[in-house]
Amino acid sequence: MVEHRPWLTFATHAVLIIGCLIIAFPIYITFVASTHTLDEITSSFPLFPGRHMIENYHAALTVGSGEVGATVGRMMLNSAVMAFGITFGKIFISLLAAYAVVYFKFRFRMFFFWLIFITLMLPVEVRILPTYKVAADLKMLDSYPGLILPLIASATATFLFRQFFMTVPDELCEAVRIDGGGPMRFFFDILIPMSRTSIAALFVILFIYGWNQYLWPLLITTDESYYTLLIGIKRMLDVGEGQADWHIIMASTMLAMIPPVLVVIFMQKQFVKGMTETEK
Amino acid sequence: MGPAALEAIKDLSMEKRVVFRHKFLPYLLVAPQIVITLVFFIWPASQAIYQSALREDPFGLSSTFVGLENFAEIFTNDIYLHSVYVTAIFSFSVALIAMSTSLLLAVMADRAIRGATAYKTMIIWPYAVAPVVAAVLWYFLFNPTVGMIAFTLKTVGVDWNHTLNGRQAMLLVIIAAAWREISYNFLFFLAGLQAIPKSFIEAAAIDGASPVKRFWTIAFPLLSPTAFFLIVMNIVYAFFDTFGVIHAITEGGPNGATNIMVYKVYHDGFLSLDLGGSAAQSVILMIVVISLTVIQFRYIERKVHY
Repeated sequence: MVEHRPWLTFATHAVLIIGCLIIAFPIYITFVASTHTLDEITSSFPLFPGRHMIENYHAALTVGSGEVGATVGRMMLNSAVMAFGITFGKIFISLLAAYAVVYFKFRFRMFFFWLIFITLMLPVEVRILPTYKVAADLKMLDSYPGLILPLIASATATFLFRQFFMTVPDELCEAVRIDGGGPMRFFFDILIPMSRTSIAALFVILFIYGWNQYLWPLLITTDESYYTLLIGIKRMLDVGEGQADWHIIMASTMLAMIPPVLVVIFMQKQFVKGMTETEK
Repeated sequence: MGPAALEAIKDLSMEKRVVFRHKFLPYLLVAPQIVITLVFFIWPASQAIYQSALREDPFGLSSTFVGLENFAEIFTNDIYLHSVYVTAIFSFSVALIAMSTSLLLAVMADRAIRGATAYKTMIIWPYAVAPVVAAVLWYFLFNPTVGMIAFTLKTVGVDWNHTLNGRQAMLLVIIAAAWREISYNFLFFLAGLQAIPKSFIEAAAIDGASPVKRFWTIAFPLLSPTAFFLIVMNIVYAFFDTFGVIHAITEGGPNGATNIMVYKVYHDGFLSLDLGGSAAQSVILMIVVISLTVIQFRYIERKVHY
């Protein structure tokens, strides 16, 4: 629709620019702080980038901050292991479960379906202690399986794949059968390749979900070598009456934001699809 | 819970015409998902329900069955009731700020203007920032000793110290939590606006309706299903996903001013080791999630007949 209202166009730009500035402001200040020395940050309020960027990021990655006892490099590795573990784990077990529910007739099918559905209503926040106890009993505290496995059940991913599988023409399945192929051949040769857009959309959402986990790693990691970066940043802030290493904390915060933000920016199309179709 | 889950439940009766028959394979396929679900979801949740009816002695050596006593205790406990009140204020404020800001931005970005894509990207990406990281960003700005905004406020006569002042602490966690949620709401409002047939808007424009009037009489009512969906999602977010915000900035303080229910469950169970009380609080939160899910279903039903 073509409409000429110059003042309105101006107002639109003004609102959007102000909105973007407010959204970007805290991140900009964080970036600026991550390029100054601690003295510069505490004595003045720098508004423009300083000269100590490489130094600060290098110190964060290889030394870390204060009493935390783990380098940011190590903690980023832990975050990455957890994020990828959760992402691929969820996609993998959800594909299998959705395939069974859609393409097979078997006893208790509906029972399993509802069991998976119920997980939607049980976020980790409502079963904090007993879940911790299960992880402890299974000797999963301070371990990668402990960080990953309890979080990989996913009703949303299972249902998304189910919805997609329902739209796959039955003829494809029949064709494989006529050629003498079994159910697993159909799954790997036809269904998974056809699901790649759904998988990509889920990948973006789940990677962000996994990378940004906080409560669960907080509960089950006490050994610094298993801290994820988000836990580490919180630990860096816990200095009591002392002076926090703001330059290192700000550099670490930037490093904690970069991977998921890059994923959103470079996979924006998949991200929007994933958000509006799945969420979580 | 996302739209996909709702759709899946809605057309549950839909089945494939062509299916495989196999004795063991389907069980093998669902096994990983079911095992994880039973071990890490169903079992702990049922433990929480079971423990909510028990009371442990101070040494944790034995426990006695007390029925609903833990619940009775919670609902007469001033600290818990205050936590419920704090949670209500917090969720309402987060939802209101995040939704109104994002609606304004979405309406603006929906107008076909130059640079719309760049604006959209700028507004969407904070979704990738973890709640706890958002908390650190704002905590730094409002930090009483090194924070730029805290300093600016001091120069205009506002004595900012959220570690002592409960109202300021609440304001800060609301800002940090809402800031990140703008992106999420924006995405859905924009999708909702773009789904409105352009012919509606054009017809109104030809009749001489101003852009403002067109928004209130056409776009706004058509967005109501989106808005309703978002209200529920924002409440879920404020209830459960903001744990990191509270934990990083205030740890529930000062003096319980930001002690939201999820934080209290963590604190009572994990730090104070009050198993029965914490379990009873967990059960209450479970009821909250289940209610929100049921509300969403009813809404989806209505949307079908829209």
